[in-house]
Amino acid sequence: MNDTLRESYDVVVIGAGLAGMTAANTIARAGHSVLLVEQHYKLGGLATWFHRKGGHIFDISLHGFPVGMIKSCRRYWTAEIADSIVQLKHIRFDNPMFSLETTFTREDFSKLLFERFRIPAENVTGFFDAARAMSHLDDQAYTTRRLFEKFFPGRQDVVRLLMEPITYANGSTLEDPALTYGIVFSNFMSKGVYTFQGGSDRLIRLMRDDMRKNGVDIRFACEVQKVHVERRKVAGVTLDGRRIGCRAVVSNANLLGTIFQLVGEEQFDKDFLEEARAVRLNNSSTQVYMALKPGETLDENVCGDLLFSSTAPEFRTDMLLSRAITSRTYSFYYPRTRPGHDRCYAVASTNANYADWADLPPDEYEAGKRNLIETTLEGISKYVPDFREKLAYSEAATPKTFERYTKHWGGASFGTKFEGLAVSRSLPERIAGLYHAGSVGIIMSGWLGAMNYGVIVANDVDAFLMKI
Amino acid sequence: MTAAEIKEAVLEILSDIAPDEDLSNLKEDVSFREQLEMDSMDFLDIVMELRKRYRIQIPEEEYPALASMKSTVEYLEPRMTEVAKKQ
Ligand SMILES: Cc1cc2nc3c(=O)[nH]c(=O)nc-3n(C[C@H](O)[C@H](O)[C@H](O)COP(=O)(O)OP(=O)(O)OC[C@H]3O[C@@H](n4cnc5c(N)ncnc54)[C@H](O)[C@@H]3O)c2cc1C
Repeated sequence: MNDTLRESYDVVVIGAGLAGMTAANTIARAGHSVLLVEQHYKLGGLATWFHRKGGHIFDISLHGFPVGMIKSCRRYWTAEIADSIVQLKHIRFDNPMFSLETTFTREDFSKLLFERFRIPAENVTGFFDAARAMSHLDDQAYTTRRLFEKFFPGRQDVVRLLMEPITYANGSTLEDPALTYGIVFSNFMSKGVYTFQGGSDRLIRLMRDDMRKNGVDIRFACEVQKVHVERRKVAGVTLDGRRIGCRAVVSNANLLGTIFQLVGEEQFDKDFLEEARAVRLNNSSTQVYMALKPGETLDENVCGDLLFSSTAPEFRTDMLLSRAITSRTYSFYYPRTRPGHDRCYAVASTNANYADWADLPPDEYEAGKRNLIETTLEGISKYVPDFREKLAYSEAATPKTFERYTKHWGGASFGTKFEGLAVSRSLPERIAGLYHAGSVGIIMSGWLGAMNYGVIVANDVDAFLMKI
Repeated sequence: MTAAEIKEAVLEILSDIAPDEDLSNLKEDVSFREQLEMDSMDFLDIVMELRKRYRIQIPEEEYPALASMKSTVEYLEPRMTEVAKKQ
């Protein structure tokens, strides 16, 4: 397969996640030659899906994304992709503090906070405006906890409503900088939640077609082992043992993996290495995938599209990581997700610590997975009492699963904490032509964050190539 | 390119990146952000299009010069004297 590879390209993009693919497509459209290399046997990175016997298809990270995806897909991809984005109508919360449904819009949250939680209107408006005004230049020491204390003092229930979806979406806690919360909240919880009609497989297929049209050379099941640097400049990469020349590299691989494995410590100075070592990775996840028997349905009025469910009396972000699971997000998929496909299925997700799963002996690991499935079925039966009878197939994924398929250190689901963004952005100042694009810094994560970061980096690469 | 041609070029880019906006009443000295629904990605798109169409490089520190039509044309004029109008 590799014999059709050219000896050199303007740019090699390492990794075909949403950031890598969007960067590759944008750089190719700007007229440069691009090679996109993915180690897995399919494109998409975490934006992925899998098939199981019996005609089941499961999506991994198609739970919901912000409205901004429509604009980004239209601009950096195609009208067909943008036009396939549809709104999810029923978002539910169910926990010991409250049970409610919302459209995830600013209007609806304001109404809920005012009428149901009895928060004065000026605090509600003040909170939304403060969140909207935040930027990545704000004071990092100002935490999300303090933001909530300012507008909703003593209101654990309000914190739960406004924070729980964000913690699930990017692993952030009350101790993270308020600016990361404000930016993500304003994108995600103000104009509804959206999904892609046709599923992740259709999205990635359409993206692949557009990249081919724009001349991106694509290789999958092909791992980049090394980025070569000569005199502080990117010179090429080695993939599957073969050296390919290039003037710039965009790494969509894990930020720390990029610095410490692909490039190597010897290429960086001490101060930078120290800064890079201090970057904290985000947590990982577990998921349970459940397919219903053909013909079995779920009641949309009971399950909704997205359900934030918890039995924990209080909301604590550290508890969300525990193996003693009390909180899950359920995504329910109906046949309309994939027009032409007749199944219903459900995916339950939790946040998780890599360390809790990494070193288990094989039998304990397998038992852990079985327990994950059992407790999830128990949890879901609260909403669908005869769920077990409807069930045709179930399977669990752990932090180790995420690590294996994406090579993210620690199976990190959402990139790095805030400090990772500055490290990612500063790579080209250390080594000319070296770029990283992929979920970092909380604000550049999720489908939309990753895609947009891909564009931002593509712009830098285009400017760099024009200069040299 | 003359100032009038530059303005036309910028309008063309704007209509491509914000096809749903009505640009006919755009005020020259009021910021784009106040008149159009624009975010930082939109400004990045203007920068990318200017580079692609006219090979103009705008460093990140100078993005604020693109705030309004007036400031954009003033910023681009000395940099685009040699640039030919796109056919
Ligand atoms: C369980 C879960 C649920 C999620 N749900 C949502 C959701 O509902 N909505 C949302 O917006 N976001 C969601 N996310 C987050 C979102 O999926 C990610 O933020 C986004 O897809 C990350 O894209 P990326 O481009 O940064 O990187 P990735 O998708 O991680 O891609 C990196 C790619 O690089 C490849 N790679 C790594 N090393 C090499 C190498 N040496 N050579 C070649 N290739 C390499 C990997 O195989 C991978 O394909 C979820 C994440 C998880 C884990």
